[in-house]
Amino acid sequence: MNDRDNAQSDGPKAYWRANLKLTAVLLAIWFVVSFGFGILLVEPLNRIAFFGFKLGFWWAQQGSIYVFVVLIFIYTVCMHRLDRKYDVHEDPDSPERRGD
Amino acid sequence: MDVQTLTYLFVGLSFALYIGIAVWSRAASTREFYVAGGHVHPIANGMATAADWMSAASFISMAGIIAFMGYDGTVYLMGWTGGYVLLALLLAPYLRKFGQFTVPDFIGTRYYSNTARVVAVVSLILVSFTYIAGQMRGVGIVFSQFLNVDINLGVIIGMAVVFMYAVLGGMKGITYTQVAQYCVLIFAYMVPAIFISLLITDNPVPQFGLGSDVADGSGMSVLDKLDNTLVGLGFGPYTEGSKSTVDVFAITLALMVGTAGLPHVIVRFFTVPNVADARRSAGYALLFIALLYTTAPAVGAFARLNFVETVHDTPYSEIDPWFRSWEDIGLIGWLDKNHDGTIQYGPGAPFEGRPSFSEVRGLLDERKVVNVPAAGPNEVYVDRDIMVLANPEIAALPGWVIALVAAGAVAAALSTAAGLLLVISASVSHDLIKNTFARQITDRQELLYARLAAAVAIGVAGYLGINPPGFVAQVVAFAFGLAAASLFPAIMMGIFSRRMNREGAIAGMLAGLVFTFCYIVYFKFIAPEQSNAERWWFGISPEGIGALGALLNFTVATVVSRFTANVPEHIRSLVESIRIPRGTDAPAQH
Repeated sequence: MNDRDNAQSDGPKAYWRANLKLTAVLLAIWFVVSFGFGILLVEPLNRIAFFGFKLGFWWAQQGSIYVFVVLIFIYTVCMHRLDRKYDVHEDPDSPERRGD
Repeated sequence: MDVQTLTYLFVGLSFALYIGIAVWSRAASTREFYVAGGHVHPIANGMATAADWMSAASFISMAGIIAFMGYDGTVYLMGWTGGYVLLALLLAPYLRKFGQFTVPDFIGTRYYSNTARVVAVVSLILVSFTYIAGQMRGVGIVFSQFLNVDINLGVIIGMAVVFMYAVLGGMKGITYTQVAQYCVLIFAYMVPAIFISLLITDNPVPQFGLGSDVADGSGMSVLDKLDNTLVGLGFGPYTEGSKSTVDVFAITLALMVGTAGLPHVIVRFFTVPNVADARRSAGYALLFIALLYTTAPAVGAFARLNFVETVHDTPYSEIDPWFRSWEDIGLIGWLDKNHDGTIQYGPGAPFEGRPSFSEVRGLLDERKVVNVPAAGPNEVYVDRDIMVLANPEIAALPGWVIALVAAGAVAAALSTAAGLLLVISASVSHDLIKNTFARQITDRQELLYARLAAAVAIGVAGYLGINPPGFVAQVVAFAFGLAAASLFPAIMMGIFSRRMNREGAIAGMLAGLVFTFCYIVYFKFIAPEQSNAERWWFGISPEGIGALGALLNFTVATVVSRFTANVPEHIRSLVESIRIPRGTDAPAQH
């Protein structure tokens, strides 16, 4: 009983810290590709040619959007793992789920 | 069959489909009416979110805006997609775990305050009505241009269709019609884009076509050729902007944060079964949105290149027929300033204001523009909105493609209007009536109020569509600025800060709301002549001020919460519980 109590009070805190860390890393990438490459660094990057595009322009109008999509799917997969690692996931078939 | 008949057929068939879905998915409880029962598959919800999100503006106007803004159009491309990353990582999963019906529901419960709830309802209604007037207008424009119906009749037909599925079906009806509408609109957008890309670059994928060489043997890439051509005519290069870096930064941030704070987008994530599905669904939504948003810059660049090459230095007597058909509608105007019978196109306005035409035609049978000519060589007025609509004609595509584009534009406008109507009616019936004024009403009565509220909201939206307050185009800044400055910070702090209390949240929302509102009203309506980079605070235009408003909200809320009472214990445990996926358990389910 005690062990389980410990796991339940400790688990969620560690889970939340891991979650914040993951979120911060992904948002840093989000910021770098959009505001960094697409806006702040667009002029130096535009001197580089990239498959018929100027690189800065490509990041602004194409690349950043692709990265946004990938970021959300990476988040989904990583959170799925974290949910299981810290045993806070939801499982529609488990008896724990109330109301069903 | 001619284009007209085909268009009637396509639009009519799509309407029949939407109404059929509405009858099939009639809502029987408030839970079905507000959140489609919480059983929507994440992929279906992703499509519905995409249709909800992509409005008449995304479908019709965006590629045109990019065509004429070049690099500066980036603010819309990144702003309206990057917000989904914020939504997916910071809001959607937690709000789904919270598991209520509306955004004010969350704010009212988390900040244990009906005042906070009412402030949220006010922001929500301001944001949503601003947005919806433009949608009904979009429906009217499409009807009048493609079906030769009066704009007002077009708005009324659109209202009737939305009424059918929004009032009967609620969120359940809206969700499944939006899935159908996404399919219609993305198909209608991609087909002409692929044709145009093939035509100009021989590459069928518009996203790659944008970086390919022009298929005219010149060996130049599309963007290089566009840069050269535009610079030759006296414009700035297409791939470089004219806005200041700080303004581009602020507008992009305001649009991103505003997107994540828009209530009609957020509620879509209440409709999926659990937290994991909410995350996944946000990914699918952005994937479906990105399909159109990465195509739009290609369409914009192709359209601009095509337009310049077809129009500039062409004798009016030899101009392509599409030029004349849009001139007939009044969205293109030509004033032969140097009387050489040839069209010259360049930077600057051709004449003052939008074109007004005299009854008599000119010597070359052109519509005579009677506006005061402006200095400068440019002779052509062109409305940005025609780029997507005229593209199939410019590329000489078959009639069914033109009909398809009309059906797609109507789908884009209707799906967004329906989503907005639902959040308005839900916050009136659920947040104001049920949770503020008449707590005793039964589920059945609440459902009735929800339907009534939806019907009234459609009436108001239709009125705004028929009598547009002349400033619809200018107030897009409002919707995003207000959502960014009021709703997003309040929701985010409600999840990520256990210390944020009632007083802090209310003070923050009001500060953000009032500041952003006043800034936009001042520069857009009271003193528009002063709206320039020297007068703007930190060089931030009214479009981007929501970014500053959000910052102000966060700051005021944090400071006020430090000096006021602690958060009650039960709210702390509520915050703990929404951070954990386990136990997503919708109330009163099954």
